[in-house]
Amino acid sequence: MFIINCPYCGERDQTEFTCHGEAHIARPKETENLTDEQWGEYIFFRTNPKGMHYERWVHAHGCRRWFNALRNTATDEIFATYEVGAPKPPAPEKHS
Amino acid sequence: MSYHRNWQRAWRSPDPKKEYDVVIIGGGGHGLATAYYLATQCGITNVAVLEKGWLGGGNTGRNTTIVRSNYLLDASAGIYEHAVKLWEGLSQELNYNVMFSQRGLLHLAHSVHDMQEIGRRGNAIYLNGIDSEFLTPQQVKEMLPIINLNCRYPVMGGLLQKRGGTARHDAVAWGYARGADAAGVDIIQNCEVTGVRVENNKVIGVDTSRGYIGARKVGSVAAGHSSVIAEMAGFKLPLECYPLQALVSEPVKPIIDCVVMSNGIHVYVSQSDKGELVVGSGSDAYNSYTQRGSFDLIEHTVGPLCELFPLFSRLRMLRQWAGIVDVTVDRSPILSKSPVENLFFNCGWGTGGFKATPGSGHAFAHSIANGEMNHIAAPFSIDRFNSGALIDEGAAAAVAH
Ligand SMILES: Cc1cc2nc3c(=O)[nH]c(=O)nc-3n(C[C@H](O)[C@H](O)[C@H](O)COP(=O)(O)OP(=O)(O)OC[C@H]3O[C@@H](n4cnc5c(N)ncnc54)[C@H](O)[C@@H]3O)c2cc1C
Ligand SMILES: [Zn+2]
Repeated sequence: MFIINCPYCGERDQTEFTCHGEAHIARPKETENLTDEQWGEYIFFRTNPKGMHYERWVHAHGCRRWFNALRNTATDEIFATYEVGAPKPPAPEKHS
Repeated sequence: MSYHRNWQRAWRSPDPKKEYDVVIIGGGGHGLATAYYLATQCGITNVAVLEKGWLGGGNTGRNTTIVRSNYLLDASAGIYEHAVKLWEGLSQELNYNVMFSQRGLLHLAHSVHDMQEIGRRGNAIYLNGIDSEFLTPQQVKEMLPIINLNCRYPVMGGLLQKRGGTARHDAVAWGYARGADAAGVDIIQNCEVTGVRVENNKVIGVDTSRGYIGARKVGSVAAGHSSVIAEMAGFKLPLECYPLQALVSEPVKPIIDCVVMSNGIHVYVSQSDKGELVVGSGSDAYNSYTQRGSFDLIEHTVGPLCELFPLFSRLRMLRQWAGIVDVTVDRSPILSKSPVENLFFNCGWGTGGFKATPGSGHAFAHSIANGEMNHIAAPFSIDRFNSGALIDEGAAAAVAH
């Protein structure tokens, strides 16, 4: 349980938000040509790192908008929240 | 009398050898069971179990110890029932009291949907030759006089597996450890795997906090850290990790003599031999390796618990803790070869793998020994996430314990 800084509303309790996993996964183009492995990779396989994780959140009980966050999954410390479509903020060098 | 001093060691504490036929990463119940069956049934005794902390310090020592095999799908019935059959003889097999108690496991149904779910699942279980009985609300009340049937979550029926129950989590790890050690396995604690060495797409050993250890085959049984091990070997797994927590109350006199579960309102409770209520809570819904769990989930657990059992509202909770559970999208485990030759994975047990410990270890040992997954393990291959042949137990039971 922690505080999340919604890019639109400011700091709110994490219970107002829902998390939707790894961010920056682009839907592949020309999906009719994908192999089973490429489909599997896109849909199911995740980095699931112990450390810096770029991830998607929704402020479900607030503005209901989607945004991304950079969080250290080993400590739950959040380093950035940013709008969908914005480039990945750099991860701090030492983080665990 | 020596006041519990001078106990003999239950297993040796050897220095790692230069090389093993099989290295198992992770000294939880599943890793230790794998080593035990490799040594006692597969004739492979040059085996090491490498544990970064202490035996059973992962999810094995943090779970609510519910054992059952009442799953919907055939592949699940195959592995969980295999496990329950092994549980039934495990104390004798290991000559170690794992306190397996078949006190019965009762699933409550609170809505029409719940009734349809237990109807479908209860019949599927029965057709798989596994015991499964429907109870009326009155029969539930007879089993559990303290339950409040007409609360905010009215009890409309129940599904009972009489052969389900609980076991002593630490004893399972220790019993397998002692048995494996006696059969020649090196159990090495405080030895963290920090790298997986691969040559020509074949595993050749692991780097550890105690130096390099060569291995002809490696079995990763690291539960919440499986993705971390996979990353060392250069690939991803279809897993995400979440904290899952549990809590226990102060001890009271015997008050519940079975395990009660409710998928609908996400509560499960049993009473330990010490008298504590052992209460399972939910998992945080975001990836995390922080072994603590959020307070809001405790509230979500304790609220419905007190609705069902009003007299629990007077109890004080003594301890709360969490483990890191490795969850697949179909809520079924992974027992599989991997993209790297001779590197095998047993993981993805998520919120409900304690019950499978003997079956998982047994199937995984035989599969590692033969280099091919056996018929019990085969459906749980990583390839199912490419082929689409998922084993979708997540849909069958909201709670996978
Ligand atoms: C709160 C909670 C309640 C649960 N309740 C139930 C229940 O009622 N019934 C049920 O069936 N299941 C339950 N589960 C799930 C169950 O605990 C697990 O599925 C099961 O114990 C997994 O066993 P394991 O041996 O695979 O993993 P673990 O016991 O976690 O063992 C993995 C080991 O690998 C070690 N390790 C990790 N990384 C490394 C490394 N790099 N080098 C060396 N060692 C490493 C860890 O230290 C750990 O000891 C629950 C889990 C939790 C957290
Ligand atoms: Zn907002």
